[in-house]
Amino acid sequence: MKEEAKDEGVHVEARGFSVFYGEQEAVCKVDLAIPRGLVTAIIGPSGCGKSTFLRAVNRMNDLIPDCRAAGELLFDGQNVYGPEVDTAVLRRRVGMVFQKPNPFPKSIYDNVAYGPRLHARCARDELDTIVEESLVNAALWDEVKDRLHTNALGLSGGQAQRLCLARALAVNPEILLMDEPTSALDPKATARIEELIVQLRGRYTIAIVTHNMQQAARVSDRTAFFYEGNLIEFDATKTLFTRPREQRTEDYITGRFG
Amino acid sequence: MRLKLRKLMDRALTACGYLAVGVMALFLLWVLVPVFTKGVGAYVFRGTMEHRRMMLGEFGRGDPDRLRAEAADVWRAREPIYKAFAAFEQELDAMPASRRRELRPAFRDVREDVAVLLGPEPGAQLPALTRRMYGQTRWQEARKKANAVLFEETWEYNDAGSRRVLVPRATQFEGTALAPVFTSIERDLEAMMRPRLTVYPRFLTDHSIDAHFFGGIGPEVVGTLYLSLGAMLVAVPLGIVAAIYFQEYAKEGPVIAFLRSCVNTLAGVPSVVFGLFGLAFFINTLRVSPGKSVLAGALTLALLVLPTVIRASEEAIAAVPRAYKEGAMALGAGRFRTVATVILPAALPGILTGIVISMGRAAGETAPIIFTAAVSVGQLVKPSEVLTQPTPALSWNLYNLCTEHEAVEELRHVQFGMAATLVLIVLALNLAAILLRARVARQLKG
Repeated sequence: MKEEAKDEGVHVEARGFSVFYGEQEAVCKVDLAIPRGLVTAIIGPSGCGKSTFLRAVNRMNDLIPDCRAAGELLFDGQNVYGPEVDTAVLRRRVGMVFQKPNPFPKSIYDNVAYGPRLHARCARDELDTIVEESLVNAALWDEVKDRLHTNALGLSGGQAQRLCLARALAVNPEILLMDEPTSALDPKATARIEELIVQLRGRYTIAIVTHNMQQAARVSDRTAFFYEGNLIEFDATKTLFTRPREQRTEDYITGRFG
Repeated sequence: MRLKLRKLMDRALTACGYLAVGVMALFLLWVLVPVFTKGVGAYVFRGTMEHRRMMLGEFGRGDPDRLRAEAADVWRAREPIYKAFAAFEQELDAMPASRRRELRPAFRDVREDVAVLLGPEPGAQLPALTRRMYGQTRWQEARKKANAVLFEETWEYNDAGSRRVLVPRATQFEGTALAPVFTSIERDLEAMMRPRLTVYPRFLTDHSIDAHFFGGIGPEVVGTLYLSLGAMLVAVPLGIVAAIYFQEYAKEGPVIAFLRSCVNTLAGVPSVVFGLFGLAFFINTLRVSPGKSVLAGALTLALLVLPTVIRASEEAIAAVPRAYKEGAMALGAGRFRTVATVILPAALPGILTGIVISMGRAAGETAPIIFTAAVSVGQLVKPSEVLTQPTPALSWNLYNLCTEHEAVEELRHVQFGMAATLVLIVLALNLAAILLRARVARQLKG
C-alpha cells in the first residue's frame, strides 16, 4: 500500500527522558528516536505516558503545574527543555492536533490565519494564499471555500478536526504531533483523517498517539509501545505487529489487556 | 413507600420554589408599580395655565400670543376675586374696630392663599422667590390649594388627642364683600386654571428652578451618568486586568489566596464606609480635587464596584474552555497573545454582563457619593468641570428631596419622577447587558 520512505535520519530523540507529575514519574527514562519524514505511532493502554511524552515535544506540559522533565529530549539536535529555548519558536516548528477538535470561536479564515498572524506581519493576499493552501492540504477547502468567514463552531466534528489540522499546517511546522486525533470522531471522519496522515507523510514528521491499533497499523511506519511509563518496544510497524519481541507487546496487540 | 415519599418531597420542593418566586415577584410589583404609576406623573399630568406661563417665562417655550389670549380668558374668571378684594378692603375700613381686628388677619390669610393658588396679584410687587411668581402649575395641587383657601385648618384638642377640623371660611365672611370670592373659587376654579393634559418629556433634561419647584431633573440625570460612567472607566480596566492576573498569571499560593479573600471582603464592605474612605483618601489625602467632585465620586464608586467586576470577569475567564488556550499556545502564542486574542474575546459576554450590572449598581448607590461628589443644588456640570465640580445625582437628590426639602409634600411628583427615572436607567442598563450578551454570544457561537 505505501512504499517505505527513505529514512532521512532522526528528527526527535529522547535520551533517558523522564517526565514527572509532582513525585509521580509518568514517563520513565525513555530512549526513543523518531525518524524524520515518517509516521511514528505511539500506542499503549490508558495512563501509560504516551500523551505525556508527546506533549513534552512541544512543551505543552508546561501548562500543568508541578510538571517537570529530566533527561534529554532533542529536537533537531537541540534540547527542548534547554534554558535558552523559546517555547513560542519551538511550538511554531512543532505543530499539534488535539484529541478533541478545538477550533477557536472565530471564523474559519481567522482560525487558519491565527498562527501566521502571530509570527509574521503578512500581507492580505499572502495570508489568503496561506489559508487556502493549508485548507487544501487538510482536504477541507472544497467544503468551506464559500463560507470562510462563518464561525468555525458551526463545523461538524470531522471538519473541525481537519480545520485544526489546517490551522497547525498554516505555520508550516516541521513536525506534527497528533494526540489521539480521531478518538472523538465517527468512523467516516476518522478515515478521512487517516487518509490525510498518509498524504502528509514525507512532507512532515508525524507522531501520532492512538488507542486504535488498527489505525497505528494502517498509517504508521514505526510504532512505539508504552506501558506504565516505560517504552517497551519500538520497531517498524509491520515487525511490531507481526513479530513482537516482548511478551507484553504481544499481549497488548492481541487484546489480552489494555 | 420510599418512592411515594420521594415524590412528595419533590413536589413540596417545587411548591416552595414557586412560593419563593411568587413572593419575590409580588414584592417587586409592590415596589415598582407605585414608583412607575406615580413617577409617570412627573412627565404626564394635567398642567394649568400657570404651568404654561411658567414655561414661557422661565424656559421661553410656548406661543406668547396664544398665552396672551388664554390669559385674557382666564382674567375674566379671576377678575371678580380681585374686585372683591378691593371692595372688602374699603368695607374693612368702615367697620367697627373690634370686627376689623378680627377680620383683618383672616383676610390677609385668604389673600396669601389665593396668591399661592393663582400667582401674585396683578400690580403687586414681584416676589423674590421664583416659586411665588406663578400659581399652581399642576391641577392636582391647584385643587388642594383651592381647598386651603376655602377652609381654614384648625385643630381640636380633647382627652383622646387632637383632631383636624376644616372650618369653611365662607361662613366667617358671610355677608361681606369677600363672600363672592369663595363661591367663585368653588365654582370657577377650572376656568381660572384651565387644566389641560400636558406631556412634559423635557422633565428628563430640564434644569430645576427654585429647588425643584419647577423644571426637571436634567442635572441629576447627567450627574448620575457622569458618576456611573466615570466609575466604570476606572473599574473596568483595573478589574479585567486583575481578573486576568488572578486567572492566568498568578501561581496559586498563600499570597494569592490572601488577595482573593481581600477582594471578597471588599465586596461585603458597607457602601457608606466606601464613602468615608473616599473622602479621607481621595479628597483629604490625595487631594484629587479641592472638595467634592465628580472625579472623587467616580473613584469611590469604582472602588465599590471593583470586586464585582473582578469576580464576574474571573468567572467568565475561568469558563473559557482550556482547549482554546491549549490551541493558541500550541501555535506558538505567548501568554499575553493567548489572553488578548483567544481568552478575552471568548470571555467577553460574561465580562460585559458583570460590567453593566456593576454600572447599574454604581448609578443607584447613594452613600458613597454623599461625602465625595453629591450636592443638593442642581447645577448642570459641564464635561470640562468634572475634575473639580461636585454634581447633583439622582440617588442622592431623591433622598434629599424626600427628607430635607422645605416642601416635601408638594414635590411628590418630582420625587417619584426621580425614582422612576433612576429605576428606568438601571433597568435599561440591565436590558442592554442582556442584549449585548446575547449578541456577543451569538457571534461566538456562529
